[in-house]
Amino acid sequence: MNEELSAAGRIRWGWFIAWAAVMLLLPMVLEDTHTLTVLTIWSLLALSLGLMWGYAGILSFGHAAYFGLGAYAYAIASINFGESTVALFLAMLVPAMLAAAIGAMMFFGRISDVYLGVITLVVSLILFKFMNATAGDVYRIGDARLGGFNGIPGFPILNVPGFPSMEIWGTPFYYVVAVALLLCYLLSRWILYSTFGRVLLGIRENELRTELLGYNVPLHKTAIFSISAAMAGLAGAFFAMWSEIVTPGLFALGQSAEVIIYVIVGGLGTLVGPMAGAILLGFLKLLLGEQTLIDNSLVMGLILVLAVLLVPSGIAPQLAKFRKRYIDRLFRQRSGSSGRRRRKLGGSGNGKESS
Amino acid sequence: MDYAAIVFLEILYMISFLVLSSVGLAIVFGMMRVINLAHGEFVMLGGYTTLACHSAGINIFFAMLVIAPITVGIVGLLVERLVVRWLYGRMIDTMLATWGLSLLFVGLVTLIFGSSAVGIPTPISGYQLGSYQMGGYNLFIIGITIVLITLMWIVLRYTRVGLVARGAMQNPEVASSLGYNPKTIYMLTFTAGAAVSGLAGGVLAPLTGLLPSSGGAFIAKAFITVITGGASIITGVLSSGILFGAINQVVSFAANPVMGEIAMLVLAIVLLRLMPQGITGRFFRNST
Amino acid sequence: MREPIVDTRELTMRFGGVTAVNNVDFVLREGELRCLIGPNGAGKSTFFKCLTGQYILNADNGRVHICGVDVTGWRPYEIVRLGVGIKTQVPSVMNGLTVYENIWLSARRVRDRRGSDEETRAVLDELDLGPLSRRLVGEMSHGERQIVELGIVLAQRPQLVLLDEPAAGITGSESEKLVTLIHRINENAALIVVDHDMQFVRMLGAEITVFHQGSILIEGHADDVLSDQKVREVYVGNRAA
Repeated sequence: MNEELSAAGRIRWGWFIAWAAVMLLLPMVLEDTHTLTVLTIWSLLALSLGLMWGYAGILSFGHAAYFGLGAYAYAIASINFGESTVALFLAMLVPAMLAAAIGAMMFFGRISDVYLGVITLVVSLILFKFMNATAGDVYRIGDARLGGFNGIPGFPILNVPGFPSMEIWGTPFYYVVAVALLLCYLLSRWILYSTFGRVLLGIRENELRTELLGYNVPLHKTAIFSISAAMAGLAGAFFAMWSEIVTPGLFALGQSAEVIIYVIVGGLGTLVGPMAGAILLGFLKLLLGEQTLIDNSLVMGLILVLAVLLVPSGIAPQLAKFRKRYIDRLFRQRSGSSGRRRRKLGGSGNGKESS
Repeated sequence: MDYAAIVFLEILYMISFLVLSSVGLAIVFGMMRVINLAHGEFVMLGGYTTLACHSAGINIFFAMLVIAPITVGIVGLLVERLVVRWLYGRMIDTMLATWGLSLLFVGLVTLIFGSSAVGIPTPISGYQLGSYQMGGYNLFIIGITIVLITLMWIVLRYTRVGLVARGAMQNPEVASSLGYNPKTIYMLTFTAGAAVSGLAGGVLAPLTGLLPSSGGAFIAKAFITVITGGASIITGVLSSGILFGAINQVVSFAANPVMGEIAMLVLAIVLLRLMPQGITGRFFRNST
Repeated sequence: MREPIVDTRELTMRFGGVTAVNNVDFVLREGELRCLIGPNGAGKSTFFKCLTGQYILNADNGRVHICGVDVTGWRPYEIVRLGVGIKTQVPSVMNGLTVYENIWLSARRVRDRRGSDEETRAVLDELDLGPLSRRLVGEMSHGERQIVELGIVLAQRPQLVLLDEPAAGITGSESEKLVTLIHRINENAALIVVDHDMQFVRMLGAEITVFHQGSILIEGHADDVLSDQKVREVYVGNRAA
């Protein structure tokens, strides 16, 4: 790969293999793969938003829409097909299609950041309200009743493709989710390495300039919006299998806010940051859920406010800066080598400032 | 005939509901181009303030019309001083930070009041219209909305404060050239917006009931009403409030209330796509 | 005679009640270098944005042909794909990317990955930007960014180049370099340069079109136009007001 191009698409294979090994070996140390699985699912969801927001500068205020839609698509399809393979595929396809339609409407209409925020938020609200109102026998798709406020319980969980009776749950299910996350990470890196990804970086930095280079900006934005939605949909399907029920709560505003918090705390403009943020805050959320003294949303809200005010670029880039400033310097003084200049992200919180 | 009157009153009530619950957000958006996602929680706080005063034996009208706006106004002042003022000019960051605040308020209220739904009895009894029973309190809300909008219009149109405010709406530099510190104007605007939201929350609480998360129900409607209306505070909120209120109620009568809300939200998306500057940006350029 | 590469017929652009560009017939031929000048508000920037698609044209705006094609209703990226290079008024570069990445992204649209690397190096050498290739553009001076943006434009080897105020914020020795550069670009492409810096326009020594109140006031060679009485009046009158 060309040395002159930025590190956005570069995989540090050493780190990646170490990370993959840790993920795959963890079940041997930790008994509780149930928790581990849900943290991995949230990481996948955070990755999907981190890719789109951090590298293309598109912030969706209603990312939960695609997460929830993935979950519902999986539940409905798996009930109708009686197995999970096609359902899993549809869980990615349906959110991607919706995102493509909404994305095309917004991006080809040249709508500004703020209106994008409003529209994505309103879309998730429509789904939330609609799903809440689907109680009763009228609302059914094939054999699946949408169930309104109570949601859809009792659909088939993941099975070995082609063998509906061989269900995958517990630790093997964790492995499936972990491998899916690793693959999505590699896919994201590959996207960033490709010319498509480079154009996205260009769009994040300067939309007009990218258009004046002759690139079809709305098309690129719609495409990444759609890819991100597919990834979120996959996370939603996994979440549905994990919790064995889907409810309209998946579309709730709080859910969208949480993903944004994961990404912003973990670090915008990185891929590892959002995933780390999801694991950290997801774990905190689970801990908070075990007690009743302090409300979960109080803590999450406080974290979001402080993150925006104090570390607008997120924790991962701050750590990188810290490493660059202190540890690298220490190392450099010892070895006397000059050390290649690390590329840092331009400005603070790049790509999310509107005007 | 009675039925037509009922439908008409219901539409009027829906419009009032939308206008009342979004005018606080409109003030902040119109004057400062700040979208306050904690707006719904300001409304909710107004409701809980009224509830607390009511349980303490204070006259309910005094609670909702005086204490609620003052309390929420003070909360707004604190929010502006502690959070929002650091983020002026960074619209998306402001949205994110106020979203965080909204979660924070939900958590706080859950801690204090618990997470179960509570209600305040409506202080005005219903009346009979032909063979239909009507809530008298709906009429009170329609009245309050008309009074509030008229007052705001008079202030904006005929007072010096209004002149400065209109100047600041067009261009912040106008205010500074008139000798006013834009920062002070922003602070006061945000406080005023919060106070009006608190008033709305207090007035609407007896009808909507209260939950720590009920802010979410307001923010969505307020959000689309204001954004679709555009930057002109009164004309914007009135025009989109009338449009959405009518659509919502008509579809509600024809199908069901959920479909009414969904129709309203879909219409909002379509309008935003067609008129990114909002209704007032498109049709009423020089309105207040 | 050489083929027209830009050809506008009765081009008109109105905003509300203001007519920014009024019935402009303008022709630029292949290989030509033309400066557009005029006082502030004369309509030259609006005219520029009509050519680049930043104002999307409809049937009421008259006709614009670029490279022989009617571009009514075209988006900027579609116009660029005709082989047009555009530099906007404020340096429009990708601040968070390096000089190399900025130019590479431009080259990549018309070449494969390998060809883009070669082209990028060639452009860097041409503009003496080689040593700066790994600098973030956002950390560079205004003048340097203007040069980077020219590099971005050059990397696609366009047949028509539109430059809006390339000399803004550029000082003495840099502007001489810029003039040389523009002449070199002109060897392979037709150019329109919008500027109001008279000194710079004089140094370019090209044909000039003077805009005034949305219309073309006069066209001709630099020396004739700049000494013209009407042009002086427009400028002096404007300055006095």
